Amino acid sequence: MADPPLIPANLTHAGLTQRLAGLVIEDRSPRSWLMALAIATVLTLIFLASVWVLFSAGVGIYGLNVPVAWGFPIVNTIWWIGIAHAGTLISAVLLLTRQDWRASINRFAEAMAMFAIVCAGLYPIIHLGRPEFFYYLLPYPNTMDLWPQWRSPLVWDFFAIGTYVVFTASFLYMSVLPDLASLRDRARSRAGQLFYGVLALGWRNSAKHWARYERATGVLAAAAAPVVVLVTGIISLDLAISVVPGFHFTIFPPYFVAGALFSGFSTVALLAIVFRAMFGLHDLVTTRHLDYLGRMMLLFGLIVAYAYTQEIFVAWYSGDPYYRYLYFDNRMTGPYAPFWWAMIFCNVVLLQLLWSRRVRTSAPALLLLAITSNIGMWLERFQIVFTSTYADFVPSAFDTNWPTAWDWATYLGSIGLFALLLLLFIRVAPMISLHDMRALIHKRSSGDG
Amino acid sequence: MASVIGRFDHPAALIAAAREAHAQGYRGLDAYTPFPLEELTEAIGFHERRIPVIALIAGIVGAGFTFWLQWYSAHLYPFVVGGKPLGSWPAFMLATVAVCILAAVLAAFVAMLAGNRLPQPYHPAFDWPAFDRASSDGFFLLIDDPEIGDARAFLEARAREVQELPP
Repeated sequence: MADPPLIPANLTHAGLTQRLAGLVIEDRSPRSWLMALAIATVLTLIFLASVWVLFSAGVGIYGLNVPVAWGFPIVNTIWWIGIAHAGTLISAVLLLTRQDWRASINRFAEAMAMFAIVCAGLYPIIHLGRPEFFYYLLPYPNTMDLWPQWRSPLVWDFFAIGTYVVFTASFLYMSVLPDLASLRDRARSRAGQLFYGVLALGWRNSAKHWARYERATGVLAAAAAPVVVLVTGIISLDLAISVVPGFHFTIFPPYFVAGALFSGFSTVALLAIVFRAMFGLHDLVTTRHLDYLGRMMLLFGLIVAYAYTQEIFVAWYSGDPYYRYLYFDNRMTGPYAPFWWAMIFCNVVLLQLLWSRRVRTSAPALLLLAITSNIGMWLERFQIVFTSTYADFVPSAFDTNWPTAWDWATYLGSIGLFALLLLLFIRVAPMISLHDMRALIHKRSSGDG
Repeated sequence: MASVIGRFDHPAALIAAAREAHAQGYRGLDAYTPFPLEELTEAIGFHERRIPVIALIAGIVGAGFTFWLQWYSAHLYPFVVGGKPLGSWPAFMLATVAVCILAAVLAAFVAMLAGNRLPQPYHPAFDWPAFDRASSDGFFLLIDDPEIGDARAFLEARAREVQELPP
C-alpha cells in the first residue's frame, strides 16, 4: 500500500494562506475551543489560588518533609521540561534532516515547548520557600559580596532553564515572524493591522530577508540538540551527583533525555489529534503524521524501558545492600509500589501496542496512548523523587510523603495554565506554519516532493 | 531614487527574470517570495555568510566570559565544599556550555534582525495593494536603478503587472 500524501493534492499557495490565516483572523472560535478555554481558565484560577496560598502560608501546605524534601514541585519540573524537549527536537532535528512531515506539526511542537517550559520554570521558584530571593542564583555584583555556589546543581539548573527559556522563545518567534507578516497583510480591522504590523516588525518576504532567516534558523536548529541534552542532563545531575540510592546512577542523563523525548512526542501527538479535530485539519495533519509520531513514541519508549532494566540490573549487580533494598524491597513492594507498577504498565506494557500500524494510525487509540504515556512518565519522575528519598540509609530517618490537596491543585492548575496559553496562542498565530507548508507545496510542484 | 517592481505568477518565471536582470547588469535587485527559494537568492547575486561566524564568535566570547566569571568569583569568595579545589573546573563547565549556547543563539537572532534592518515599519512597496500577495502567492522582482525607464521596460516584457514605487 502506497503511503497517502502528506498534503492534499489540490492545495495551492493562495488556498493555504486563506484557510490557515482565516482560522485566526476571520473564523469564529469553534464551540469545542470555547469549552476547552473555559476549563483551562478554571484550572488556571485554581493554580493562581494555590500559588497565592503557598506564598502566604509557605511550603508547609505541601506534603514535603525532611527525607522527601523535593516532592511534587520537582517531579512536575522534570515532567514539564521533558514535554518541552520534544518540541525543540521536532522543530530542530527534523529541520536539519529535512523531513517533510515536520511542516504540519512543528508549530504545535514549538508552542508546546514554550508553554511547557513556562510551567517547568515556575515550579523551582514555587518550591524555594522564599521565592522572592530567587535572583540570588544570578551572578551579579551585590552589596553582600555574595556569589553563587558554582558547584551546586541548583545554580546549574538556573542556567539551564534560563538558557532554555530564551532559546525556545527565540525559536518560536523566528518561526512565527513570516506568518505574522501574512496575517498583517490580511487583517481587515485597524486593531488587527496594528497588532500584527508591530509584531511582524516590517518583515516583507525579501529574498535577502529569507537568506539571513534561513542561516539564523540553521544556527538555532544546530544549537537545539545540545540544548536538549544539556538541559535535561543538568536536571538529571541534580539527582545523580548525590549519594542517595536511586539517584546516584551514571545512566541518568541519557535516561532522562530519552524519557523527556518519549513524553514530549506523546504530547505533540495529543495536541495534533485534539487541534486537528477542533479545527477540521484532517487533510493537513494526516494519519501518516500520526503514524510517524507513534513510531517516535515507540522508539523513545523502548529506550526508556531499556533504561529501567539497566537500573534494576545495576542495583542487583552492584551487590550494594542499599540499592538492592531500594529496588526489590522498596519500589516493587513498598508503600509506593502501586506507582511503580502503574508506571511499568503505562510505559512498558501499553507501549507495545504501538508496534501495530493500525494503532498508530487510529486517532482515538493514539490519543489514549499519548495520555497513558504522559501519566507513565509522570509516575516515573514521581517514583524517582519519592521512593529514592523516603527510605535511604538509616531506618530511624525513614518517612513517607503523601501529597496534599494543594499539591494536586498546583499540579492540575499548571496543566490548565499550559492549556490556556496554548489555546490562546493558536487563535493569535497560525497553528500550522504557513511558510513551511508553502515550501512543501513548492517542493511537490517542482517534482521532488 | 525611484524603483520599479513587477509581480510574477510562478517562482520559476521570477528566478529566470532575476537571472536575466542580473546578467544585463541591473543592480539594486531584490525579490519577494512567500517562502525561501535558495536559487533566487543566488540569482539576484546575494550571499549571506556572516551569521554563523557571528554566532560562533558570540558563543566563544560567552563561554570564555562565563568560565572566567566562575573561576574569579570562586576565588573572590572562597568557600570550600568537600575539600574540592576552589578552581574546580569540571563543575564550571555546565554554566559555561549553557551561556555559550545562549550567546550564540541570541547573536544569530539579533544578527538576522539587524542584517534585515528590522524593525522597519514602512517600505514603499507596502503602498502597492498587490504587494500583499508577497506573503501568500505572489512572486515579485524589484529593480532599484537610476535608468528607471529601462528597468520598467524590462519588467513589463516579463511580469504580470508592474508598478513604480516612490523613493
